[in-house]
Amino acid sequence: MIRLGPFAAAACTALLVGVLVATALISLAAVAVGSGSGWSLLAERAVWSAARFTLLQAGLSTLLSVGLAVPVARALGRRTAFPGRRMLLGLLSIPLALPALVAVFGIVTVYGRTGWLAQAFAVAGFTDVPNIYGLSGILLAHVYFNLPFATLLLLARLEAIPGETWRLASQLGFPASATFRLIEWPALRQALPGVAAIVFLICVTSFTIVLTLGGGPAATTLEVAIYQALRFDFDPPRAVQLALLQMALCLALIGLLRRLGGGALPMPGLGRSVNRPNLASRAGLLTDSATIAVGAVFVGLPVVALIQAGLTPALPGLLSDRLVWRAIATSLAIAAIAALLAVAGGWSLVAAARGAGRSGRWARLATDGGGLLLVVPPFVIGAGWFLMLNRFGLAFALAPLVVVLINALMALPYAARILAAAAATQTREQHRLCANLGLAGWARFRLVDWPLLRRAFAFAGALAAALSLGDLGIAALFGSERLVTLPLLLQQRLGSYRSHDAAGLALLLALLCLALFAVAQLATRQRSREPQS
Amino acid sequence: MSGAAVELQDVSFAYRDAAGVLDMHFDLSVPAGTVVAIIGPSGAGKSTLLSLIAGFDRPSGGRIVVGGVDVTLDDPANRPVSVLFQDHNLFAHLDVWTNVALGLSPRLRLNAEQKAQIASALERVGLADLQARLPGEISGGERQRAALARVLVRKRPVLLLDEPFAALGPALKAEMLGLIADLNRDTGVTILMVTHTPEDAKAIADLTAFIDTGRVAALRPTAQLFAARDIQALTAYLG
Repeated sequence: MIRLGPFAAAACTALLVGVLVATALISLAAVAVGSGSGWSLLAERAVWSAARFTLLQAGLSTLLSVGLAVPVARALGRRTAFPGRRMLLGLLSIPLALPALVAVFGIVTVYGRTGWLAQAFAVAGFTDVPNIYGLSGILLAHVYFNLPFATLLLLARLEAIPGETWRLASQLGFPASATFRLIEWPALRQALPGVAAIVFLICVTSFTIVLTLGGGPAATTLEVAIYQALRFDFDPPRAVQLALLQMALCLALIGLLRRLGGGALPMPGLGRSVNRPNLASRAGLLTDSATIAVGAVFVGLPVVALIQAGLTPALPGLLSDRLVWRAIATSLAIAAIAALLAVAGGWSLVAAARGAGRSGRWARLATDGGGLLLVVPPFVIGAGWFLMLNRFGLAFALAPLVVVLINALMALPYAARILAAAAATQTREQHRLCANLGLAGWARFRLVDWPLLRRAFAFAGALAAALSLGDLGIAALFGSERLVTLPLLLQQRLGSYRSHDAAGLALLLALLCLALFAVAQLATRQRSREPQS
Repeated sequence: MSGAAVELQDVSFAYRDAAGVLDMHFDLSVPAGTVVAIIGPSGAGKSTLLSLIAGFDRPSGGRIVVGGVDVTLDDPANRPVSVLFQDHNLFAHLDVWTNVALGLSPRLRLNAEQKAQIASALERVGLADLQARLPGEISGGERQRAALARVLVRKRPVLLLDEPFAALGPALKAEMLGLIADLNRDTGVTILMVTHTPEDAKAIADLTAFIDTGRVAALRPTAQLFAARDIQALTAYLG
């Protein structure tokens, strides 16, 4: 009974995930076979150029994001105590929480044709403003998202270096170069393949950024091509072939990355205290400060732009618009349920892996299986379900349910990873104590796991909710008059050039996402307890 | 409560760690109500022996019999056994009272009689005044006494001690050994205690087992074992 519990729950999760994914794939396969169109697609030059562009932009994005993250992470790792460090780390985690569409809005406000940079150029007498649409814009937006993310992951790896190592290094009088070569770089190199792999996958399957900033057939990816085939050309067989091509591509890439040692992913530290002496060198201080400042401005500018543009005269009008409130309520409801499902599902996998004890095989299966989900782009699953339901005329009737489920599926791997990393901090004695006392199931969750891991639960929940809140891909597939989410509304206003409305909505969406994290953090803050005597 | 005999018959277990695999094989018979000290070099299998009895590890062969009942396949919670580790015996986020109460009901559903038992157990280990404290707010010795209070309320016929006093100073350790000896005298509970210090064994153990490379090399009355010269590994270990 005690043994069955966690496994039954994990089996339910696995079954649900399996049914969701398999149904989508079968539906896609049926359409592809039924059409009898064969693999005509592969002969099209447009398809190959989309595939090539997908890889090109993802490769360049990864190179830039991770390459630039190394010096920023190193500078932050070297400066363990400067005023505002915690705030800066908070700033770095903002892009992680921001929906892509909102961040794109901030980026365009800064770097766009009539943006701040263009205005500054004009004042300085230059008329030649760099074009943000196309490859350069896509790269800029991907770096905006992934540079801070990669920095936080790499910094976590640096902060995991034991304090003795730093004390030893300072006692032996290591100069900065030797410190980097002998201590920092080996640590970073361990983390780099994993970080690069995840950034690469995120960029390959990136949808919103390419849709909004990519211009025309020259700068389109497979993910966007699938969307266009479904929504504009209404050519399902084409969408299917594109989807299969993209999945084959992703799987091949994953295999390759595994070969190259895309190992375990470090978890971003949640404000760990580090015992590292600050370096005295004046030159080092200067370069570190400059690096940190550039990084902060890069991440901060679009956020400032978002706020500045969002506080428009249109804001009061938006706040009294019933459609806006309906969209907010819809988005929040979808996000809440999807987050709950993702966290519950993620925890069921982690708890089962833990119950399996020493073998560790289940533990790996749970995290690897979760990782595999990243390979199957949620958009492909959405497309499969859309095609199947559409055949029965149910695509819009069942839309809310399917959107919630796919959003939950999309967030599941992230939730599982966060919870697995947190659960790993429980000591072996704690597991044994629970086993000896018969603490299992709900009693164990209520008395032991929740009190100890609630911060991780809250963080996983907030991240899942933010992902779902910002989702444009799935919502765009299933969206209709009856199902309007906040990102959809924002996209519509952008499309109809009501830019004040769009700016206001972008700010609202950003605030909602950040509020999620703030609430999650506040609600689970460790209550300090007065000793009763 | 009274003690129960503990028997390991042909129990085999493959212990894996960074150094490789050690095939362990235990045969041991402990009469009910005795206090047995378990000594031996690091990595010999002392803690594994306790883990097998407690059910944290599953043997690949053989039988484990406690009080005449085969418990080889039972879950840890269903075995007539309590365990004390060197540290982390309490949940750090739960107060002392709750930590003790978990010994009676993992769901914390307690009747008046059980609450009285908890109160008297805390009284007996001298922690009645500190029952609302968190483990982090009391001393190391007090933490181990709180864990002992939980052992008292659980009333299991076998108590396994995995170096629970190793981190305590001499006076505290003597006090705890006294509590353990009292517990054995008053209730007849069978006690298996892993220790690194011969003095601990000599202080309270009727019998002492010497474990070497995954086997019970000897089980003799404590004084005899420490006087023995016929076991080479023991001589090497004691130095």
